[in-house]
Amino acid sequence: MLYREAGDFNTSYKQDGQTFPIRFDRYRYYAVLAVAFGVIPFIINDYWANAVFVPFLIYAIAAIGLNILTGYCGQVSLGTGGFMAVGAYACYKLMTGFPDVSIVIHVILSGGITAAVGVLFGLPSLRIKGFYLAVATLAAQFFLVWLFNKVPWFYNYSASGQINAPERSVFGIIVTGPNTEAWAKYMICLVFVVACAWIARNLTRGASGRRWMAIRDMDIAAEIIGVNPLGAKLTAFAVSSFFIGIAGALFFAVYLGAVEVGEAFGINKSFLVLFMIIIGGLGSIFGSFAGAAFMVLLPVLLKNVLVGGLGWATDLAAHLEFMIVGGLIVMFLIVEPHGLAQLWRLTKEKLRLWPFPH
Amino acid sequence: MKLKLATLALTGLMAAAPAMADLVFPSLSYRTGPYAAGGIPFADGYADYFTLLNERDGGIGGVMTKVIECETGYNTEKGVECYEATKGEGSLVYQPLSTGITYQLIPKVTADGIPLHTMGYGRTSAANGKVFSHVFNYPANYWDGASIAVNHLLDINGGDLSGKKIALVYHNSAYGKEPIRTLEELSAKHGYELTTIAVDHPGQEQKSQWLQIRRERPDYVLMWGWGVMNQVAIQEAANIRFPMENFIGVWWSGSENDVLPAGDGANGYKSLALHGTGSDYPIYADIQKYVVDAGKAAGAGDQIGTVLYSRGLYAAMLAAEAAKKAQEIHGTADITPAMMRDGMEALEITAEILEANGLPGFGPEFKVSCENHGGPGLGMVQQWDASAKKWNIITDMIQSDKSVIDALVKEDSEAFAAENNIEMRCN
Repeated sequence: MLYREAGDFNTSYKQDGQTFPIRFDRYRYYAVLAVAFGVIPFIINDYWANAVFVPFLIYAIAAIGLNILTGYCGQVSLGTGGFMAVGAYACYKLMTGFPDVSIVIHVILSGGITAAVGVLFGLPSLRIKGFYLAVATLAAQFFLVWLFNKVPWFYNYSASGQINAPERSVFGIIVTGPNTEAWAKYMICLVFVVACAWIARNLTRGASGRRWMAIRDMDIAAEIIGVNPLGAKLTAFAVSSFFIGIAGALFFAVYLGAVEVGEAFGINKSFLVLFMIIIGGLGSIFGSFAGAAFMVLLPVLLKNVLVGGLGWATDLAAHLEFMIVGGLIVMFLIVEPHGLAQLWRLTKEKLRLWPFPH
Repeated sequence: MKLKLATLALTGLMAAAPAMADLVFPSLSYRTGPYAAGGIPFADGYADYFTLLNERDGGIGGVMTKVIECETGYNTEKGVECYEATKGEGSLVYQPLSTGITYQLIPKVTADGIPLHTMGYGRTSAANGKVFSHVFNYPANYWDGASIAVNHLLDINGGDLSGKKIALVYHNSAYGKEPIRTLEELSAKHGYELTTIAVDHPGQEQKSQWLQIRRERPDYVLMWGWGVMNQVAIQEAANIRFPMENFIGVWWSGSENDVLPAGDGANGYKSLALHGTGSDYPIYADIQKYVVDAGKAAGAGDQIGTVLYSRGLYAAMLAAEAAKKAQEIHGTADITPAMMRDGMEALEITAEILEANGLPGFGPEFKVSCENHGGPGLGMVQQWDASAKKWNIITDMIQSDKSVIDALVKEDSEAFAAENNIEMRCN
């Protein structure tokens, strides 16, 4: 009754081709944006920003990036953590090397540098596929972490090998460093997320997205119909790494402020982001958000309920958290292998017919 | 619906945390993961000491204490979450027991005005109180540790280490990298040859590192390890029959958990010690009476008397003494984090205070000042006796080489100050 296309007439091709063709859907999207920009910044506090919203938004960017590569182009990658590290270290070197340039430009440049590194490690994808490519990207993961640990130039020769984000501001508002207000942290991440999601959505429904999907579905067939596999695969690697690099830069500069490569960008991070897109839904922008929300929010929620609400011992709660999150992942994979995005799609289908399903 | 419930539950939790009259000591502990072997006894000791104060003395200065535990798993992201979750509850001092989380928190606590005490870990140059207003790392830090180990080797070798080969096996993280700079300086001064060998997190696989040691035959091996890495390293050293008395760990690599798995092979292994060892101190009688027998022991209660448990006690005692000092300075029992910071900066630990707390001769006497947040830099060496399953202190307090360390601290902290536009205090 609420969600349907009846009475919703498109009178131009432009209207027909828009991202949210159903009016109700479009209004829902505007409402989400309005709340995100107009309400949350005014009520957010340090805890909600640092424990919930900022990590969620940053992981959403990383998940969108990996989803482009794995979900849309079909190239399995286990190098996400390494690419995030490239973004973080690029951002650090730029921030300390050019302190007068805006942090926004640094974050975008870090994305560009990561894209270049991603293309480099994407070259093997022209010869190898599937699991073998996963292993090649795994090599990228370990090599990059090793590199940032080994070469002191990357961490400006500090004694501990840690990198620390200096204080930087946008339009006079501090966005990195310890004196950042919660809402400023949230807003800079939100702006990047909205921009990235908008670009990603439009890329994936345009010509390049169709090329990626053709490669994903069957690369030989794609080649026969005129898709250049070199171009398609490398652009997928570049665009994906660009987003992941932005996520890494924000993760370091805005969220954590101090980073140690082995701990923050280890193999665990690669798997975490991969789980996000698998649970959220491969080949879906909404799925990237849903997966990131699931993996970031659920542990925090469980911890608050078990320790804060029920007063259980912290170690018991931590172990239970592993079991519950793990169990839910397995359950999801069995019950809905296409992820939360597919659940959402099914819900929408049902809503179209509701309340008269026949 | 689920999300709504969740939001309600979360908001409820947030709202249910008004300002409490207790003195809150958050414990960012880790009882899970590869570092739990070190995290559990420390957290137990920390909690038990405050329970003892509540049960025996009625808190500190008449105000009850409260320990809020938050599980970090030695992970910086969870550490940040724990910090944000607990800082609103009037937390007086943070002791995260993780160098990674410490680096994370240094700027944050300074901005929020809450003191941070990293006893024998964390950022070494935080010893310079002129730059780091809210960070304390008394009574000793990593660079002191490195220098104490070298001084001990000098003692055994009649004051001459020239031509000796020393290898450092370290956890490949901020923690493990800390001593390298000092060891390099000292190598230039004393003429030994330094090899550094990194072990990646979590350190369960060290075959190649110990193969390298076997090939290069260093005279001494120093270790900066933590968690499961310690046990593996000691086992591997025993496997290649490295002479254990030439193997010295930092104070984080010298607990019962680290040596017991290697059995007799670990006999003679040495480690640095920040404080006395064993359960012969009078405080343990009180802990038995007021905490254990009352059924209030933290955790499983099976760690009492171990090295890291007593380190937790020591950390808690220093925090409690600083709180007393703060109450004294400000003339109020209900202190704030800012007052706590003043108390820590004015802290003086004397033999009488140690005695009064049931820990006579446990640690060094020292005095914190505005300039010096790092304490005296004293440490001892302990040795493992595998047949008696006991650590024995084998040296007196050894003084670190301040001529080398002070210059390094100054250099590193001033670089930090310049990077972050911090004005020097204490002028």
